[in-house]
Amino acid sequence: MKFSSIIGAVLAVTAFFVVGAAQASTLDDVKSAGNLKCGINTGLPGFAFTDDKGSWKGFDVAFCRALAAAVLGNPDKVKYVNLTGKTRFPALASGEIDVLSRNTTWTFSRDVDLGFTFLGVSYYDGQGFIGRKSLGIKSAKELDGASVCIQTGTTTELNLADFFRSNNMKYEPVPIETNSEARAGYLAERCDVYTTDASGLAATKSTFEDADKHMVFPEIVSKEPLGPLVRQGDDQWADIARWTLNALIVAEELGVTKDNVQTMAKGTKNPEINRMLGTEGSMGKMLGLDADWAVRAIAAGGNYAEIFDRYLGTNTPLGLSRGLNALYKDGGILYAPPIR
Amino acid sequence: MSVNTPISFKERKKSSQLPPPNTVGFTGWIRKNLFSNLTNTLLTIISLYILYLILPPLFNWAIFDADFTGTIGKECNSEGACWAWVDQRINQFLYGFYPADSYWRVNLSLFLLAPALAYLLFENLPFNRYGRWFSLLYPLLAAVLLLGGFGLEEVTTDKFGGFMLNLVAGLAGIVLSLPIGILLALGRRSKLPLIKLFCIIFIELIRGVPLITLLFVAVIIVQLFLPPQVSLDQLFRVMIMITVFASAYMAEVIRGGLQAIPNGQYEAAQAMGLKYWQSMRLIILPQALKISIPGIVNTFIGLFKDTTLVIIIGLFDILGQARLLQTNPNWMGKVDHETFLFASLFFFVICFSMSRYSINLEKRLDTTNK
Repeated sequence: MKFSSIIGAVLAVTAFFVVGAAQASTLDDVKSAGNLKCGINTGLPGFAFTDDKGSWKGFDVAFCRALAAAVLGNPDKVKYVNLTGKTRFPALASGEIDVLSRNTTWTFSRDVDLGFTFLGVSYYDGQGFIGRKSLGIKSAKELDGASVCIQTGTTTELNLADFFRSNNMKYEPVPIETNSEARAGYLAERCDVYTTDASGLAATKSTFEDADKHMVFPEIVSKEPLGPLVRQGDDQWADIARWTLNALIVAEELGVTKDNVQTMAKGTKNPEINRMLGTEGSMGKMLGLDADWAVRAIAAGGNYAEIFDRYLGTNTPLGLSRGLNALYKDGGILYAPPIR
Repeated sequence: MSVNTPISFKERKKSSQLPPPNTVGFTGWIRKNLFSNLTNTLLTIISLYILYLILPPLFNWAIFDADFTGTIGKECNSEGACWAWVDQRINQFLYGFYPADSYWRVNLSLFLLAPALAYLLFENLPFNRYGRWFSLLYPLLAAVLLLGGFGLEEVTTDKFGGFMLNLVAGLAGIVLSLPIGILLALGRRSKLPLIKLFCIIFIELIRGVPLITLLFVAVIIVQLFLPPQVSLDQLFRVMIMITVFASAYMAEVIRGGLQAIPNGQYEAAQAMGLKYWQSMRLIILPQALKISIPGIVNTFIGLFKDTTLVIIIGLFDILGQARLLQTNPNWMGKVDHETFLFASLFFFVICFSMSRYSINLEKRLDTTNK
């Protein structure tokens, strides 16, 4: 534990010093390299995984593809860099990747102290607990003395400590490196409960053969707004990436989908759609891109809803409902600023 | 046989031709090794019982009750293991993300590896002289085949993965760490203070730090001091670090061998008028290395297993591929044990072969009179 925290501190400090070094425009770098270096997870169900042909898929991956399509005109021009919880921030700080899209929680210290710029929230998550029904408890507040499987190097580790401290309870942490190990550890009863983001818990529970013998406790003990991020200091690049994310959300709002985006790009009666798709105004030019940037981003994998349904939604093995991630007008809190 | 032969001699010879029937063959071996006394018999029976408890369920799970067909995890409905993924994923477990139309390049370099290794490891093969040259040139050949160039399409190292990644990283480390280790070991015993100091500092620094920290330094910290345009290939950085790490251990193993050589050998070499390198090459090292074989192979095996740490740079070796498959929603939760078993079998086969070869080598080089 101590060793890893020292490493973390060293990395954070070095990362901090380097931020000033990256001066050249990221947009130019990406264009001259001909591909977008996108940092993703080393494997997380629904968010980043490989299909049987060995190509990367998932909710986080879809953002990389949309951004590559907007900037380079081709969603396949992405060089995926797989990063663990420990290597993701140094990789971004050192310029090894152009954007990090790796289910990363937006927090004060990451935004301010580590010198990154978060682009928005692509998925609202929150930390929960899963435990066996045979424990005989109904709430996470009755977990005093429990052993808890926990992934190291994540915000969940800190939230866990906060939650137990504020409720005057004791716990025994069982530190574990990856989600699949945590799942195996929990099933082998190395710990009483397993804690991670609620999306992860639902995904994990769906794979249990005796899923009805386990329950996710009702308490959500933290806010985990997950989103993509870039290095601080290149505002143009941050704008491009931020508005690519926003365009996907706005597209859902306006009913622009993968299938109809090309037709709509010829011009519609709705000026909002026209502005986004480049037939009115000069949004693309303001970003330093061409007028069709959003058309390509949406054509890459569809709008937010299509991406969500394809990788996380109720028709997938993960079976997540939209919940907080529904549009504000559908009862969620997903709300993108207008493209105007 | 002549009629003059004394009767007593005849009888003795006959009896030596036919040992008691219970001491030879299969039954003889069993009696001698498994049931020679009460303790042995008891232990045999207990072991058999434990095997009876473990093996049938294991075989039932792994083979007889297992599912072998299907395209997603849900189609594995039986009680046993789910091997349906093998058919779909075997290429990723073997080649990683290497372009599919270039698999032949990996296959060819693996195919050529066999003779290259054989000429290094075994004597008395046909065309021995040319074979050794081929072995020396093989690393270059393999590098061109795998990375591209000379008309072949270029493949970057981030496409490496699976079994071939373990082999590439492991073999490169093994081939390089032995000579570097020998030089370090000799340097540490050198009479020249500067060389000695350098070797001591190098060995102690590297041995004093966990491998994973060295890898972090190589992968993350080094990049921070380089300008963004200069980027040394990530896989090369990791291979260098693994090699350096193994070399430091190798140096100490070989130094142990060097210390076991009696002073008389050194003095005899000097008395023959041999220079330092001559005496090392002809007299000291052959003996020292022979003594060190178990330790050397120990280091090799450790190094080979350390290749799984390439996950730090986001490369997926065979263990990484196993983990990756476990996160695919179609297979999630169905293949945890199967994929790990697959990966560990692979490691066992390689490491066990190394161990057997080292025993073979020890026997071959054994010059003691028994």
